[in-house]
Amino acid sequence: MIEIKDLHKSYKIGKNSLHVLKGINFSVEEGELVSIMGSSGSGKSTLLNILGMLDEADLGTYHLDGVEIKNLTEKIAANYRNKFLGFIFQSFNLINYKSALDNVALPLYYQNINRKERMERAMSYLEKVGLADWAKHLPNELSGGQKQRVAIARALAGQPKVILADELTGALDSTTSYEIMHLIQEINDEGKTILVVTHEEDIAQMTKRIVNLKDGVIIDDRKIEQVKALANV
Amino acid sequence: MFSLERWLEVFEAINKNKLRTFLTGFSVATGILILVLLLGVGEGMKNGVEEQFQRDAANQISVYTGVTGVEYKGLNPGRRIQFKNNDYDLLVENFGDELEYKSSVYRIWTGLTSYKDKSGSYRLEGVLPNYQFLERAGMIEGRFINENDQANSTKNVVIGKKVREELFEDKNPLGKLIEIRDINFKVVGVFQDPGGDREESKVFMAISTMQKVFGAGQDIRNLSFTLPQEESFDVALEKSNQLISKLEAMLKAKHTVSPLDNSAINISNSIENSKRFYDLTANIKLFFWLIGLASLLAGIIGVSNIMLIIVKERTKEIGIRKALGAKPMSIVGMVLHESIFVTAVSGFMGLIVGLVLLEFVGPMINTEFISNPEVSFNIAISTVIVLVLAGAVAGFFPAWRGAKIKPINALREE
Repeated sequence: MIEIKDLHKSYKIGKNSLHVLKGINFSVEEGELVSIMGSSGSGKSTLLNILGMLDEADLGTYHLDGVEIKNLTEKIAANYRNKFLGFIFQSFNLINYKSALDNVALPLYYQNINRKERMERAMSYLEKVGLADWAKHLPNELSGGQKQRVAIARALAGQPKVILADELTGALDSTTSYEIMHLIQEINDEGKTILVVTHEEDIAQMTKRIVNLKDGVIIDDRKIEQVKALANV
Repeated sequence: MFSLERWLEVFEAINKNKLRTFLTGFSVATGILILVLLLGVGEGMKNGVEEQFQRDAANQISVYTGVTGVEYKGLNPGRRIQFKNNDYDLLVENFGDELEYKSSVYRIWTGLTSYKDKSGSYRLEGVLPNYQFLERAGMIEGRFINENDQANSTKNVVIGKKVREELFEDKNPLGKLIEIRDINFKVVGVFQDPGGDREESKVFMAISTMQKVFGAGQDIRNLSFTLPQEESFDVALEKSNQLISKLEAMLKAKHTVSPLDNSAINISNSIENSKRFYDLTANIKLFFWLIGLASLLAGIIGVSNIMLIIVKERTKEIGIRKALGAKPMSIVGMVLHESIFVTAVSGFMGLIVGLVLLEFVGPMINTEFISNPEVSFNIAISTVIVLVLAGAVAGFFPAWRGAKIKPINALREE
């Protein structure tokens, strides 16, 4: 599903160049649930941004579902993001004046799906995350956990190949975190490929594979025995 | 570009951001409103000043006769020149097209006039219908002398306001018979004159009537006419000087007067007085153009500012939308679509309120220097269109910049 070879990325800060990613080789199969771990400054967010086409690498190749991602114009990047990727953010990033339902329906708007079908599909995803009764509520009327569920429903709505989650439990207490991870595990069990960036060991233990980043290189990449989140709730 | 889906999206954004929409709309609407009122008051002020100085505007020319001063073709000096009706005909034949208003005048300085037991002595003037405009006589009641009075030498008279007050007090003078020098005349109208009492203690009748009734034959005291208002004082001056020199030569030839004679044929021209007026209106025009342009500029800056703030405020939303697959043009389109819609609607609302105010409140404020404040609908509409376009152009750049922001940076914005 994801195939990365010899990825380099450096940022210019003033006169100095900061080499953030120093040759990453990494691949993800369909249906995997991978966590990318590392301390801050390890390059894990940069890696996620490149995977999410929010940023571009200096060197190296990146294939997503067999398509080579390079020389992206804004327009093409937008198109790929819309077709291939679903994002989940630490700060939820819901549009605050749109109801839960409308937020979930938004990726479908950019897929040019008509309004009626958009609403039906968005509703089915809200049901899936258990928030059908909250469809008409605005984000600020929801708890943190509920917001993240809406965000997950939104990430799923576009029917992406891969879901990228950036510290998705960072703003939640541990009980809620485990509930969210339970949802993620369920979605993964249905066959969706998910990448989670986290620095929390217990969250990482709930994925199926941990990739450890340090100073821009992968120092460790191993499959693990998945801890079921439900057991911890 | 203008799909129904986009409209729904825009309406949702407007609906859910009522305060933002209201504030944007309100500032645009008040901007337009103030602009319209300003233009209206400017126009009113121009009207008012024009009215105030209208007498000065008229380039009125008056030709009257005197006594010859120099010997010419064997004729002795000291000969009195008398205008006849054919002198007026000469004027009309040669210059009729260039004149605005024209009249021949015969005048009797005192005419004892009475109605029942009241009487007074007034100036009598025989004139042509155009004379109303030369005198700027405003009709209070009835009508002025008309072509019919002139053609049939009717014994109809128009009396001044002062005459009316003295002879009729508060009775209705129309249709009443008054006696002037023992001859009965019917009153058909009452006029007022900005010149005040002196000008209002006059009695007008058709010149043909006057010549017949008072035994004046074909005699005319003077020729009176105006030239139309020109673009500028210089043009007006040149035209009037040309006409005067030609007319003077013609009349001198006709009456066998030496070209060097300065006293037989006198022409008084009020054009020098009108210079002040031309300068004044030109300055007023310039002043309000500048004010108008300045307020338009202020409006454009205001709208641009609002657009900038809107885009800034929506940066995070733009980031979210981009992460979800919005293309840059769709972001620009969305922002512009919403803001053009809001500015256009509120701009027209401001315009309508402004026009309604001018229409209904305008006539109520009638101070000396503001009269009939109004604004041309076309100018008002173009102002709104200019503002909306300016807002769109001004909004495009921030929107474009917003669309160019990397989503990851926009998302970090809090």
